[in-house]
Amino acid sequence: MKKALVSIAFGLTASLLATGASAQATLNSVKQKGFLTCGSNTGLAGFGQPDAQGNWTGLDVDLCRAIAAAIFDDPTKVRYIPLAAKDRFTALQSGEVDVLSRNSTATMSRDTQLGLDFPAINYFDGQGFMVRKKLGVSSAKEMNGASICTQQGTTTELNLADYFRANNMKYEVVAFATSDETFKAYDAGRCDAFTTDASGLYAERLRASAPDDHIVLPEIISKEPLGPAVRHGDNNWGDIVRWTHMAMLNAEELGVTKANVDQMKTSDNPEIKRLLGTEGKFGEAVGLTNDWAVRIIKHVGNYGESFEKNVGEGSRLKIKRGQNALWTKGGLQYGIPVR
Amino acid sequence: MQTAVSQTSPPKKSFLYDPKVRGAFYQVVLVAAIIFLFYIAATNAIDNLQRAKIASGFGFLNNTAGFDISQTLIRFSAAGGTYGDAFIVGLLNTLVVSAIGIFFTTFLGFLIGIARLSKNWMVAKVAMVYVETLRNIPLLVQLLFWYIAVLGALPQPRNSLEMGAGFYLNARGLFMARPLWGTNIGLLVAALVIGLVGTFIYRRWAKQQQEQTGRQYPVGKVTLALVLGLPILTWIILALIGANPITFELPRKGTFNLTGGMQVLPEFVALLLGLVTYTAAFIAEVVRAGILAVSKGQTEAAGSLGLTPGQTLRLVVIPQAMRVIIPPLTSQYLNLTKNSSLAVAIGYPDLVQVFMGTVLNQTGQAIEVVVITMGVYLTISLLTSFIMNVYNRRVAIVER
Repeated sequence: MKKALVSIAFGLTASLLATGASAQATLNSVKQKGFLTCGSNTGLAGFGQPDAQGNWTGLDVDLCRAIAAAIFDDPTKVRYIPLAAKDRFTALQSGEVDVLSRNSTATMSRDTQLGLDFPAINYFDGQGFMVRKKLGVSSAKEMNGASICTQQGTTTELNLADYFRANNMKYEVVAFATSDETFKAYDAGRCDAFTTDASGLYAERLRASAPDDHIVLPEIISKEPLGPAVRHGDNNWGDIVRWTHMAMLNAEELGVTKANVDQMKTSDNPEIKRLLGTEGKFGEAVGLTNDWAVRIIKHVGNYGESFEKNVGEGSRLKIKRGQNALWTKGGLQYGIPVR
Repeated sequence: MQTAVSQTSPPKKSFLYDPKVRGAFYQVVLVAAIIFLFYIAATNAIDNLQRAKIASGFGFLNNTAGFDISQTLIRFSAAGGTYGDAFIVGLLNTLVVSAIGIFFTTFLGFLIGIARLSKNWMVAKVAMVYVETLRNIPLLVQLLFWYIAVLGALPQPRNSLEMGAGFYLNARGLFMARPLWGTNIGLLVAALVIGLVGTFIYRRWAKQQQEQTGRQYPVGKVTLALVLGLPILTWIILALIGANPITFELPRKGTFNLTGGMQVLPEFVALLLGLVTYTAAFIAEVVRAGILAVSKGQTEAAGSLGLTPGQTLRLVVIPQAMRVIIPPLTSQYLNLTKNSSLAVAIGYPDLVQVFMGTVLNQTGQAIEVVVITMGVYLTISLLTSFIMNVYNRRVAIVER
């Protein structure tokens, strides 16, 4: 018994010490391991989901592939750890994953109290509701007295409470641990409405037993800036994640695509030259190689390509660019200049 | 050759070589080392949390929660409730499902345990199949079966099954009339108290009479009449004179759900059914073992004294079997309580679901939340053990 206690105490100490050390240099530990561990969704179409062959695809997954491409020149050097909403931040805090790319909303408390940083926003979203058509509801304001299924440990759960309180309506919340359980319960009729980020609603609707029986209500009740999260304190690692996203945005803005990236290297446009590393040493400054952006674009593509393939017209979700269009086209995605 | 040495007076032992002192010394060193290790682990954890800018401490319990919970036994709302209140809500939900579960599983377990020993082949085999099936399927699978396959198949609220007397059943749970206490409720309570006191006095008197004269009185019937009959009679009389102490609020059909009345969540029902039927299979085996441990001579002696089989079971076998049953029964009660944390799989807001799920995630304070939760389960289990040990001491054979 005492022996067991001592070994537990040793184990505890060792594990806590280990966490402390690994918070220092995530890039070095990733290079040493030879792969990136990426906290991903347990399965959300268009954002992070393994296909029939076990290959992970999605907008969030593409970000992890892009980071791996920037570091290793190989987008397959990623190990995906599927995480439920309620486990995701603990997994990141404890060092189980290097980056969390799992449609997580950036909020102030997560940034300041959870020991996290949100280096970029790769999808601007908002929370909505889905109901069965036959209920005859056309607005969220008509939902007084409804039962609503939601996922635990999300901003969704909090916004829901806020929205019904602000509109002086009653509701019954039924909270589940995973998105899968939540949607199944809604589909089985446990709830009148299912609520999550609008992108998630479109993605989950595809899984319904009869997708056409459900409609998404027009109200968007919150701001949900979704983006990758890293541990607070390793600023260099945060920079790498931010600039991976920025490289994809700048590439789209400058017209650099997966197909033409090699020709673009000979371009005379100084912005393209700096992005692709033919001028300046921007990659080395962040701990990567100078052709970091070339690697990203060659293997993964620019932001627009990734968007269209995973959630846009090229996918089953058919989500419009909307807020996620480039700033030049009236959207919010704005690539910080490489200079 | 060495005998001469042993005959001299024992050499004066050095303090260092005294086995008692040495033993004590090592114990103290070990305890100090363990305390030191835990101290290092704790301070190290705090250091690391601070360095990683993760909030620590228990202050979060006073922060506003901002989320709602489906089943709350105390007043709780997203607006006013704190994380501390959410903790109490979760704790009460765990306790309520455990307490009700323990009650029903004991009843069902005894029934099946006795049925397995029945002389009726059919009854015995049915009980055997029950035990072998339920205890060999993982509890989680059973919970999902009850929740998804059984309760999930119930109709939508607009087509609720009407079961009469204000009871409705649908996919959102069991709805029933809510009693509203009137001003004359005091009279009803008084009738109940009189009934209970009367029963107590009557039972003592009947026992005395039996010990002195051997005559038996109908204790059961009189108890029923006093405890149930008297209050019901009072109620009827009050209702007839137009001073009804209880009125009922019936559930009505609303736009989405039935409103008004009382609601029992399907998550609660599924968890309760799963825990009760699963644990009962183990309790049945414990009970069977206990009964078989009572020697056959006891049953035969009771039979030759003219006791009926029912009386033999009730007065001779079970009291002796209890001595064998209680200790393993306690551990089944503990299992049921701990297994109630599987609620997390079906969305019942128990302690683990609410506190280690939502609260942990919203606050990010994993260490504090996990430590509190472990402490709670430890306390509940130790308390249950303590109560059962006291009971065990009462039924155990007193050595004379």
